[in-house]
Amino acid sequence: MPIKFLLITLLALLLFGYFIGRKRSLALKANNGGAKKTLHSLPKYYGFLVSLWAGIPALIILLLWTAFDTTIITSMTVSQLPEQTQQLSQDELGLLMNEIINLSQADKISDVSANDAKMLIKQTAANNFARFSHISNLAKTVLVLVMALMGLLLGLRYIRAETRARNYVETAIKLTMMGCASIAILTTFGIIFSVLLESLQFFKAVPITEFLFGTTWSPQTAIRPDQVGSSGSFGALPLFVGTLLIAFIAMLVAVPLGLMSAIYLSEYASQKVRTVVKPILEILAGIPTVVYGFFAALTVAPVIRDMGESMGFHPASESALAAGLVMGVMIIPFVSSLSDDVLSAVPQAMRDGSYGMGATKSETIKKVVIPAALPGIVAGILLAASRAIGETMIVVMAAGLAAKMTVNPMEAVTTVTVQIVTLLTGDQEFDSPKTLAAFALGLGLFMVTLILNVISLHVVRKYREQYE
Amino acid sequence: MTEAIEKRDEFDVEIKGTVGKPFADDPKFESRNVDVFYGDKQAIFDVNLDIAKNEIVAMIGPSGCGKSTYLRCLNRMNDTIPICRVTGHIKLDGEDIYDKHQDPVLLRARVGMVFQKANPFPKSIYDNVAYGARLHGLTSNKTELDDLVEKSLIRAGLFKEVKDDLHKPGTGLSGGQQQRLCIARTIAVDPEVILMDEPTSALDPIATALIEELMIELSAKYTIAIVTHSMQQAARVSNRTAYFHLGKLVEVNDTDSVFTNPEHQLTENYITGRFG
Repeated sequence: MPIKFLLITLLALLLFGYFIGRKRSLALKANNGGAKKTLHSLPKYYGFLVSLWAGIPALIILLLWTAFDTTIITSMTVSQLPEQTQQLSQDELGLLMNEIINLSQADKISDVSANDAKMLIKQTAANNFARFSHISNLAKTVLVLVMALMGLLLGLRYIRAETRARNYVETAIKLTMMGCASIAILTTFGIIFSVLLESLQFFKAVPITEFLFGTTWSPQTAIRPDQVGSSGSFGALPLFVGTLLIAFIAMLVAVPLGLMSAIYLSEYASQKVRTVVKPILEILAGIPTVVYGFFAALTVAPVIRDMGESMGFHPASESALAAGLVMGVMIIPFVSSLSDDVLSAVPQAMRDGSYGMGATKSETIKKVVIPAALPGIVAGILLAASRAIGETMIVVMAAGLAAKMTVNPMEAVTTVTVQIVTLLTGDQEFDSPKTLAAFALGLGLFMVTLILNVISLHVVRKYREQYE
Repeated sequence: MTEAIEKRDEFDVEIKGTVGKPFADDPKFESRNVDVFYGDKQAIFDVNLDIAKNEIVAMIGPSGCGKSTYLRCLNRMNDTIPICRVTGHIKLDGEDIYDKHQDPVLLRARVGMVFQKANPFPKSIYDNVAYGARLHGLTSNKTELDDLVEKSLIRAGLFKEVKDDLHKPGTGLSGGQQQRLCIARTIAVDPEVILMDEPTSALDPIATALIEELMIELSAKYTIAIVTHSMQQAARVSNRTAYFHLGKLVEVNDTDSVFTNPEHQLTENYITGRFG
């Protein structure tokens, strides 16, 4: 039975379990003359309990079986292969198995017309594979359904007056929610782990000190040994300097603009203005970054170049300034919207207290409202900073690709994210230092944002202690 | 029930003027024909009331009777509510505080306010008390400021409890201590009048007793107007008591006579607990 139908059948069984469980418990109550205290829980909880009994064990078996059946079937197929084929290296065996699996899924499995001995082996293996798969599938269906039925019957036996159905059901719900929370956390750890492993591979080829402190970034490695001039140099410092330069320019734009507009919106603007302006500001965050990117490259960068030239500078046509300015505009809503929310959340009593002592509006805002909202404001700014550091499209288009180590905003620089993109686009070997460098860069970027998050948590906690 | 409502309607007609002694010989505040509107709704009708120097006036009345609204007119706190409009005259030392040339910010430095819910700023105890002094530039150096903070805390009866914790957050204090901190903060600016809007309604009896003692001490130096829901409190601390009903000032008199021999039927009904 295809998995689709199996799941539908299982669902039907669960529904059936719920209704029969509920009915049973109602009957039990009726038998007892409808006395109020007959059952520990409401009938629906007995229904859920039966459903849970039917569903959970069956689902666990289904999950485990689906997770492991390919591995088991593969190894069974391999063990049926002739001796000398089994002696092949791991990689070759893997390749062969891929062919066999493809063959088994092809239409004419039982075509034995091939007289080539090798082909015959493959064909037999493919037939074996298909047979094992079929058996496994059948066994899975039967086992899961039997398990569900058994669980259902067992659950029905639990419908007794003293069964604390509500408590069991609530525990099950709690565990489910815990599971959902841990999936997010586990995924994060999984990503970190895989990036870390690949980075370690990279650091085997390139010393970590060179990566961290080297000032030359030129990741072209030789594909053939006789190639010249592409030795590869992995000093990531210029990238991080470029990233921080652009992020800094962006923050220089976004923090004052965002903060001021938040203060205006929450403290001075009338309700009418607020309801119109705030959503419009938030639209800024909804514009695709690629649009910002070509806006930066085609509109802002030339303006900056022309203005710079008229003032006697010679800015590059792609510059950190152009990318930073546009990125700053992009992240304004992160600062303004979050700050506006926390500023508005400062209780009126706080403001009244300040007014009552003869403070003006601006004194009240400076001395009471902003300090009280500071943790939230800092969190908003750091969120914007992480966003700026991780931003890619704008810098790809407007900041250039030259890995130059400079803090001059008029020059073209490149960032970590841009280099990751260029390293991984196109046809690549996936074990060369060049591609592995992308993982190391990703790790570095992750570290930077992690540090920012830690700082923000620290700031928030420190002021919380003082301010609540 | 119906009878009671009818009675009440009947009494409303009777509130033509204020009975008792609304005027004082030595007034700090003089209110004449004060009306307050929230949008189209009138909250206060034609209040005439004097508050004498160094007296404690208590304002009592059922919820929504306008006593807090009236109190907030006295330091123009109602200005912070956009839809609120005040007409009539309120004079402080003979000057109309609603005059065009009056700056409500300066007025509030002269007329301090303590709120129903203690609202210390999210700052240290020291910074809370120093807030007003710093705003108005009352001290010229750190030693003077230290002195002022200490003196204000002593006068608010809080110094002994917090002298070692001056740099801990004011929000970490207990409810009663927080309210005394707010009083210390208010008197640090050295106002002439202190308005108190149900200052003890969220406190336990012991903290309440402390604050009531404090009010009586402070009245030697300041004029105090207090809104309270507790008639016992009004009886304990105030010199005169004003009874508000549905936005009208029904009766003002010496506290003793209001509670022992009310002139107006509505006042009597309220203080004997027939409604409110």
